[in-house]
Amino acid sequence: MRLEYFEMIDRVARFDREGKRLDARSTVPMESPVFEGHFPDHPLVPGVLLTETMAQASGYLLLGLVDFAHMPFLVGVDRARFRTFVGPGTVLDIEAAVEHEGSGYAVTKAKIRADGKAICDAELRFKTLPFPAELKDRMRDRAREIGLVEAA
Amino acid sequence: MSSTFDTVANIIADTADIPRDKITPESHAIDDLGIDSLAFLDIAFAVDKAFGIKLPLEQWTQEVNEGKVPAEEYFVLKNLVARIDALVAAKSA
Repeated sequence: MRLEYFEMIDRVARFDREGKRLDARSTVPMESPVFEGHFPDHPLVPGVLLTETMAQASGYLLLGLVDFAHMPFLVGVDRARFRTFVGPGTVLDIEAAVEHEGSGYAVTKAKIRADGKAICDAELRFKTLPFPAELKDRMRDRAREIGLVEAA
Repeated sequence: MSSTFDTVANIIADTADIPRDKITPESHAIDDLGIDSLAFLDIAFAVDKAFGIKLPLEQWTQEVNEGKVPAEEYFVLKNLVARIDALVAAKSA
């Protein structure tokens, strides 16, 4: 994970096209400028970045399912719960599953665990739009780096 | 009015926080009820789930934007309800 660059997913562990589910793994860095403010001498991953992690896992799942035909943009977060603190060095197991595929939008449920213990969960909504021209190749490159292209 | 209308009106009231008695079959979702595109996605999700269908929002939006169909055909509630009924009938046919 590189928190300050919003690179939240280290590796896609499993992509299940039929079950419409993706599992990923990320390790919280030992140091990050984020921890200088959140919080001084008491580093914790902010809830908004855990939400972003769930959103990115969901986004890569949706991208894989449509073979990069559309780009999912986060438009809603429902029932987000943060159940325990996450500090530097924590290994996160991230799971995202499609709840509903609508016309022009999708809904996922995502959760994060560490050592089998629930960290957080939420229901996320995405609007799916045509890819901005400059973004598609960058997203494919990043998906390749984290193993999504290979897994899908 | 039909039970479909009641279901849709209740969904709109809950989702968009609009008083139920202001929602009539003649209401235009955007012009009269002030529902924006994001709120309409929430409504579409609830409608899809309630009726087990998939509202073809992308197709409707494209048709309206291209001037092929007036927005009233999809966004006046009595018309929306008729299209939901047609989708439900097509699903069970």
